[in-house]
Amino acid sequence: MAIEVRIPTILRSYTGGAKVVEGAGDTLNDLLTDLDSRHAGLKARLVTDAGALHRFVNVYVNDEDVRFLGALDAKLSDGDSVTVLPAVAGGAFGFAAAAAISQHRAATAAFSQRRATAASVAARRAAVAPR
Amino acid sequence: MARYDSLLDACGGTPLVGLPRLSPTVPDGAPPVRLWAKLEDRNPTGSIKDRAALFMVRAAEQAGRLRPGDTILEPTSGNTGISLAMVAKLRGYRLVCVMPENVSTERIQLLRMYGAEIIFSPAAGGSNQAVATAKQISADHPDWVMLYQYGNEANARAHYETTGPELLHDLPTITHFVAGLGTTGTLMGTGRFLREKVEGIQVVAAEPRYGELVYGLRNIDEGYVPELYDATVLNRRFSVGTRDAVLRTRQLVEVEGIFAGFSTGAILHAALAVAHEAVRDGRRADVAFVVCDGGWKYLSTGAYGGTLADAEGALEGQLWA
Repeated sequence: MAIEVRIPTILRSYTGGAKVVEGAGDTLNDLLTDLDSRHAGLKARLVTDAGALHRFVNVYVNDEDVRFLGALDAKLSDGDSVTVLPAVAGGAFGFAAAAAISQHRAATAAFSQRRATAASVAARRAAVAPR
Repeated sequence: MARYDSLLDACGGTPLVGLPRLSPTVPDGAPPVRLWAKLEDRNPTGSIKDRAALFMVRAAEQAGRLRPGDTILEPTSGNTGISLAMVAKLRGYRLVCVMPENVSTERIQLLRMYGAEIIFSPAAGGSNQAVATAKQISADHPDWVMLYQYGNEANARAHYETTGPELLHDLPTITHFVAGLGTTGTLMGTGRFLREKVEGIQVVAAEPRYGELVYGLRNIDEGYVPELYDATVLNRRFSVGTRDAVLRTRQLVEVEGIFAGFSTGAILHAALAVAHEAVRDGRRADVAFVVCDGGWKYLSTGAYGGTLADAEGALEGQLWA
């Protein structure tokens, strides 16, 4: 049984640079085990020690997300097309926005603290200022 | 209602139109399967993002985070920026957008026309470069307000309070809701509302599949999932490539006269998939999907004419949704 599997660039070090590899299996888990026998280490990049799909990995069977098809237990048939992609919902800019907001929260906290300190210093000065 | 006190009051309330020619034909005696398009291009700036922009600004005003004259900073690849620019103008704020160089020229012109200032991040560096640029700007300006659409509950709430109720009102027999997955706000808000009101509703996501150059990821651990995303709201999620998105976008205007952007083509692709499954299974279906925006902003890509392969090439490396 042959199932075509598309591998993203960042995981091609495990497939000798191959963009597409073939494998077999009745479920996604079987398929990944089969692939791992020829491309050692690949499965560990996709599946956590706890036996779930890695949070930042999406796997699609015939363009449909396997998380809604039973995840690692998703059933496969001969001729299916499996695509592995890094999870980047929101596109490249969701990514940038998330980085920016974390940086911004830190900067804003520091800014608020400086402003609060300045305000309290001003208040103390006002309190002791001669009339 | 056709009269409003201001442009902001004209946000939402978009038409839902049937697609009799694109809906699949069913065998004699079989229950009907119908497609319905929610025309979000009829919003004030021409996209569904007007809803989220208005709700996010109002929420920030009510929370005291935004005061007259403040500056809003938003990393955005287009529509949200255009919507925020319009809302900011009318509510008295300055808007600074951080965006990649590889978006269509129309988006840039529109943003500037609505009064936004733009800071570009180089396209060549992919998301890593965008991350670096966005981090630097946000660290340099702690007094600017970031609405952060990917984690802002008001984004999803806009759809829970408006898009969802509008759909249910116009199509009480709705069986499927199909929308694009970006910030996830549309699907989370509308999906939650419909799940509460419609038994057995199927909430279906269509996400654009870009060339890997767009992401520029170096490591699988660098992935990103928006804070708003809750997978339990969805029933299914499709990944749609550039070719299918272009094909469906062209089909929508050729067959039904609806001129939309490419993200809508990706959504229609998923909507047709579930519609044809319903026909195969002999089930009744009223499939409503979102037309995110019109095609005007994407004409310069040249992807509406020529061969599919040419169009795919023209959109390579672009953020088309």
